[in-house]
Amino acid sequence: MLNHTPKEIQERKGGVINPAKTCQPIGAMYAALGIHNCLPHSHGSQGCCSYHRMHLTRHFRDPVMASTSSFTEGASVFGGGANVKASVRNVFSIYNPDVMAIHTTCLTETIGDDIPSFIADAEVPDGKTVIHANTPSYVGSHITGFSNMTKAMVGYLAEATDDSKKEQANVIPGFVNPGDMREMKRIMNLMEVPFIMFPDTSGVVDSPMTGEFSMFPKGGTTVEQLRDTGNSKITLALGEFASNDAAVLLDRKCKVPAKILKTPIGIKATDEFLMALRSTFAKEIPYELEEERGQLVDIITDTHFHFHGKKVAIFGDPDIVIALTEFVMSLGMVPVHVLTGTPGKSFERQVKAMLLAAGVEGNVKAAGDLFLLHQWLKNEPVDLLIGNTYGKYIARAEDIPLMRVGFPILDRSVHSYLPIVGYKGALRLIEMISNTLLERQDRDAEDEDFELVM
Amino acid sequence: MKEDFRPQQDEIKERRDSISVKGGQKKQLKCDTHSVSGCVSQRACVYCGARVVLNPVTDAVHLVHGPIGCASYTWDIRGSLTSGSSLYRNSFSTDLQEEDIIFGGEKKLASAIDELVAKHNPKLVLVYSTCIVGVIGDDLDAVCKAAAARHGIEVIPVQSSGFIGNKAAGYRAACDVLLRLSLPQTANPLPKQQYTINYLGDFNLAGEAWMIKNYLAEIGIKINVVFTGDSSYETLQKASATSLNIIQCAGSMTILAEQMEKRFQIPYMNVSFLGMEDTAESLRKIAAFFENKEFNKNTERLIAREEAKVGHVIESAKQLFAGKKAAIYVGGGFKAISLIKQFREIGIDVVMVGTQTGRKDEYDTIGELVNEGTVVLDDANPSELEKFMTEKGAHLLVGGVKERPLAYKLGIAFIDHNHDRKHPLSGYTGAVNFAREVESTLCSPVWKYAKEGPHHG
Ligand code: SF4
Ligand code: SF4
Repeated sequence: MLNHTPKEIQERKGGVINPAKTCQPIGAMYAALGIHNCLPHSHGSQGCCSYHRMHLTRHFRDPVMASTSSFTEGASVFGGGANVKASVRNVFSIYNPDVMAIHTTCLTETIGDDIPSFIADAEVPDGKTVIHANTPSYVGSHITGFSNMTKAMVGYLAEATDDSKKEQANVIPGFVNPGDMREMKRIMNLMEVPFIMFPDTSGVVDSPMTGEFSMFPKGGTTVEQLRDTGNSKITLALGEFASNDAAVLLDRKCKVPAKILKTPIGIKATDEFLMALRSTFAKEIPYELEEERGQLVDIITDTHFHFHGKKVAIFGDPDIVIALTEFVMSLGMVPVHVLTGTPGKSFERQVKAMLLAAGVEGNVKAAGDLFLLHQWLKNEPVDLLIGNTYGKYIARAEDIPLMRVGFPILDRSVHSYLPIVGYKGALRLIEMISNTLLERQDRDAEDEDFELVM
Repeated sequence: MKEDFRPQQDEIKERRDSISVKGGQKKQLKCDTHSVSGCVSQRACVYCGARVVLNPVTDAVHLVHGPIGCASYTWDIRGSLTSGSSLYRNSFSTDLQEEDIIFGGEKKLASAIDELVAKHNPKLVLVYSTCIVGVIGDDLDAVCKAAAARHGIEVIPVQSSGFIGNKAAGYRAACDVLLRLSLPQTANPLPKQQYTINYLGDFNLAGEAWMIKNYLAEIGIKINVVFTGDSSYETLQKASATSLNIIQCAGSMTILAEQMEKRFQIPYMNVSFLGMEDTAESLRKIAAFFENKEFNKNTERLIAREEAKVGHVIESAKQLFAGKKAAIYVGGGFKAISLIKQFREIGIDVVMVGTQTGRKDEYDTIGELVNEGTVVLDDANPSELEKFMTEKGAHLLVGGVKERPLAYKLGIAFIDHNHDRKHPLSGYTGAVNFAREVESTLCSPVWKYAKEGPHHG
């Protein structure tokens, strides 16, 4: 019924049909939630802020707090200086956060509001911090916004106060779920490497139920920690698109060398994450992690024939899609369509290189939309579609099973609590993939092919 | 670890006039204004208002002219059902980029319209302007006019730049468009169809408009056009050929009804199909309008039959819910009023009522309806909601997407009365659904775990 997509692919010049991305401010809002006691603030009209909170709420199923400048027609003519001033005053007197993290919207970007000088003019109470990021939505995507706000944390807060660097790592996790951040932290703890993860939304958007509402749940990277990132020995930026810029700035500002790695999804990317930690800190990989890896390989061995040669299409945020593509190929699957809505040449370069190395001919596109993906699928169908909730229209129209991974997932719960990163996360992904494929096989099987043992 | 900060309400001086307590000192509730800068507002924007009203026009291309966000957040978020085209469930956006902001987005808009018309062959394209379009000064009217001439179809701009007001301004923009679509294509007025009505302000969430249609059919009245649930370009054009407009969602549709009265001499009346009491009253009102004895008889028969069918469910709900208290936080004032009555019907007291866009007269009615001590507030923020729900001991909150997790964190039951929901809440079926939904959340065993557990000693 939702099949309005013609098979023939033609060049299009006029915008997007069924987007595979959304706008910068929501990414900035999510990143800011990863600072302890921080209130994200949306500088613009009420509508944007309301949409962003609603969308995050739907994905995480947790309260998402953010204030707004509540732009009026007057403000959009005379500039939003007065709004920022009033907002700073009101935010600290009403909600009393440690940090107020301002991001702009299309509107305030277009009228050219100069946020740093507005902040300089505002009365920020002692001991409180205001940071900001420019997040015009007509550039990049929500991932760009996440990156910009993460970069702002470095720009405003990181300091190199010690002469020598501390034996500690900065970890920038990228736009992933709190469950993933918890898993990364567990791995670092097992490695016994001291670390600062930023932003860290665990404990904020997956906070426990206590019978009380807390404006600022317990989690998040503290301001002291953010300052101290300048003293770390290394920064591991997990995912180029969401994490690179902050890591590079940290290097420039505080001489903390940066390693850009893939989001640690799957066996290879997780290995690389651990190897980076081992070589930087001269640590042994603990048996517990060796064991997890061994279990993972064992499971892949047990199940590899389910996956081999199965065609798959993957879409979503670039860092996640790149890592997932590598992972499904390690299972013997064939990614024939790979797409992200976020623009960026390096996405196509990286994915094409991986496909080429594996001898796979596939469609690869950055800054694409789901209409195009749907057209690809009509021309070359797959066994499995991997992506966020919006994939369900295509999945239904083409009768392809959809495995939900990424952001946003609006029609399933629990996902944000469970990791897809690390060896544990890879196990979970394998379970999800094989369940999806085998359930489909059961559903489609003729009576005589219906098997008890698979 | 620092203690949880408790917001100090008294410090939001600007908010004082937006909150009142029944029985307290008399004062006028401030409403229909902008939110205070720096507050966590639950409100949406002009575009949002226009989009929610127009989106159920099923066979239109709904093209959002702006950067990607505005379109992507409003992609298929309403449960409006269709009996025909499903084109409205796609998300079309011009996805403006930096160079468009600098050089203007008119060209891109024009080619987007061309491509979409070529692909989907629609009779109607609605082009929504977002904040940024207002600022960069694209001439939406001109682009739409030219496109309309090029393709020989209707291409209508929806003036919905977010910052020019709040959701209510978006309703007005939507009504302008709907009125334009209602104008007969011929010079002569369309002949009025006897015993037909237009049904305004039902978006056919979970098929609600279809239910009402069946009730009215039983009475002998035909629905001519629904605004806008399950409507299409062609059905909207027949709107002037009817004898009465009934309005369910007054917030969004009163302006349209007024205009149609002026232009087509169609009288209108407010109705509500939320709860048994309102449903019966509304059906009687509609039947009475036609001054047809048969209709009155049919109505009474329908009401008697339906009440007999569901009365005992409501009655047993009432016993189950005795002593429970509810809080309301919804978009419009009219819905809040209906909900207060509906809660009363199932034996639940309302202790807090808030709306995003309630109007003065609606707040007056709310003030008359509720008990002493009930808190009434406009454009509330989350900490106010928390404060008053806790203070008043609410067991249940009815609200929208953003309020759900807030209630849950407080250990308060929740029902969704917004466009996310999947169950019809209209009419007699709706009255039962409502009671069942209240039961399924209020009586869930989960609240026991929330209030007990090792950490509570
Ligand atoms: S106006 Fe810009 S920031 Fe606001 S929702 Fe739309 S795209 Fe996002
Ligand atoms: S940009 Fe304007 S129109 Fe778009 S969501 Fe924000 S306030 Fe609404």
